[in-house]
Amino acid sequence: MSFAGRYFREVLRPPYEWREIFYQCYLVGYKSTFLIGLTAFIMGMVLTIQTRPSMADFGAISLIPGMVSVSVVREIGPVITALICCGKVGSRMGAELGSMKVTEQIDAMEVSAINPFRYLVVTRTLATTLMIPLLTILADAIALFGGYIAMNIHDATTLRHFFVAAFAHLEFIDVFPAIIKSFFFGFVIGLIGCYKGYRARRGTESVGVAANSAVVAGSLAVFVIDMLAVQITDILT
Amino acid sequence: MTEQTNDIAEQKRVARNEHHEPVITIRGLKKSFKDHEVLKGVDLEVRKGENLVILGKSGSGKSVLIKCLVGLERPDEGEIKVLGQDPSTLKYDELNVLRVRVGFLFQNAALYDSMTVKENLLFPLRMHKKTMTQEKKDARIMEMLENVGLEDAIDQLPSRLSGGQSKRIGLARTLILRPEIMLYDEPTTGLDTGTSREISELMIRTKKKYNISSITITHDMLCAKLTADRIIMLREGVIIAEGSYEELEKSRDEWIRSFFY
Repeated sequence: MSFAGRYFREVLRPPYEWREIFYQCYLVGYKSTFLIGLTAFIMGMVLTIQTRPSMADFGAISLIPGMVSVSVVREIGPVITALICCGKVGSRMGAELGSMKVTEQIDAMEVSAINPFRYLVVTRTLATTLMIPLLTILADAIALFGGYIAMNIHDATTLRHFFVAAFAHLEFIDVFPAIIKSFFFGFVIGLIGCYKGYRARRGTESVGVAANSAVVAGSLAVFVIDMLAVQITDILT
Repeated sequence: MTEQTNDIAEQKRVARNEHHEPVITIRGLKKSFKDHEVLKGVDLEVRKGENLVILGKSGSGKSVLIKCLVGLERPDEGEIKVLGQDPSTLKYDELNVLRVRVGFLFQNAALYDSMTVKENLLFPLRMHKKTMTQEKKDARIMEMLENVGLEDAIDQLPSRLSGGQSKRIGLARTLILRPEIMLYDEPTTGLDTGTSREISELMIRTKKKYNISSITITHDMLCAKLTADRIIMLREGVIIAEGSYEELEKSRDEWIRSFFY
């Protein structure tokens, strides 16, 4: 809690390390696009292929785009994106900061009168908070495209027709809470990754422990936030 | 080599006579970690332009002592004055102002491994010399690299440097902000005798060129012999002896003699 408290104190205090923030955004955002895109594409295809037989039994094949879009946008897109980022980005941050701690690089910053918390933690957490919602939007779009490709295995449909049908079932309450919760996912992934690395003990073993626990704790936090978000959305609707 | 050693000895004698006001004063410093008392009331003083070497076995509290001087550790008891200020009572921003005036060379150099040598040196300048032009920053970086004889390594990553080169770059990075005091934490540990001598001589040149006062923690008796104006010996958190290398070498105390022979 004190770590999160310090984050909020530091993040509200300019000047900001813009160069490092942009670099971290590049690492978190751009460097994750291929993995997120591929996973989302497969996810959209699998979802479409697996639901088709049941939908066909009810004669509701035309509802598949709507079902896929609601599932992807509300739940699967944000959660899968967050979990992949937790594994890729959270573990990197845990290991990187843990290694810096063990080799006294964080202490070296401290004694050089450079605030390591601002330079390392604030920049990284801001980057994940800003980039994971963007990655989620990208994942949603690619997953829908994957759904369209899978739909065309058995049924002929145009891209325009598929997307019109998909968006026809989406409402504001499907999209808005999903985007908001992805900001929180990004925040906890960055903060937990940095916390685990920043608090690593001396010794190389602790670097592995920091990376591992960043993923475990981050994933757990994503599920807890998701559960809370679902409850809040349910109450509001 | 003998001539050079005599010169150094002569310079140290002159330096001892020229020392004036203290830049570091420690009185009754105590520090414990849980039940283990590491420092048990240390008193010492470092005068301007002096290099004080602290000798002691592992776990005797040497590193903790210098970490207290830059606020990396907070003392339990006692008074510290570094350039007239007590780091343990300063606010974070005030402490950072003091830290710019005190350089700290870590045992493993602690270079930022994601940055090249140039970026390592540029980083403190970028943070603290915001009004300095890029040309002046580049000139300062080249000056520091020339000081340590590693101009060719400017674009290398730390992982490509040897132990001795890393120490030199670490020293260049620390000196780039022109500190008034240097704290060396085992500067020659893990180096062969030749490289150890080179680093020690580099420390002497640096001290002369920039008139820096310093504390050096070391196990390396060659480094102590070459660089020390004065030596104190720390045993289990207590200073048990003080003097020049030559004086301590003649000590009858078994424990002290064990360092020299």
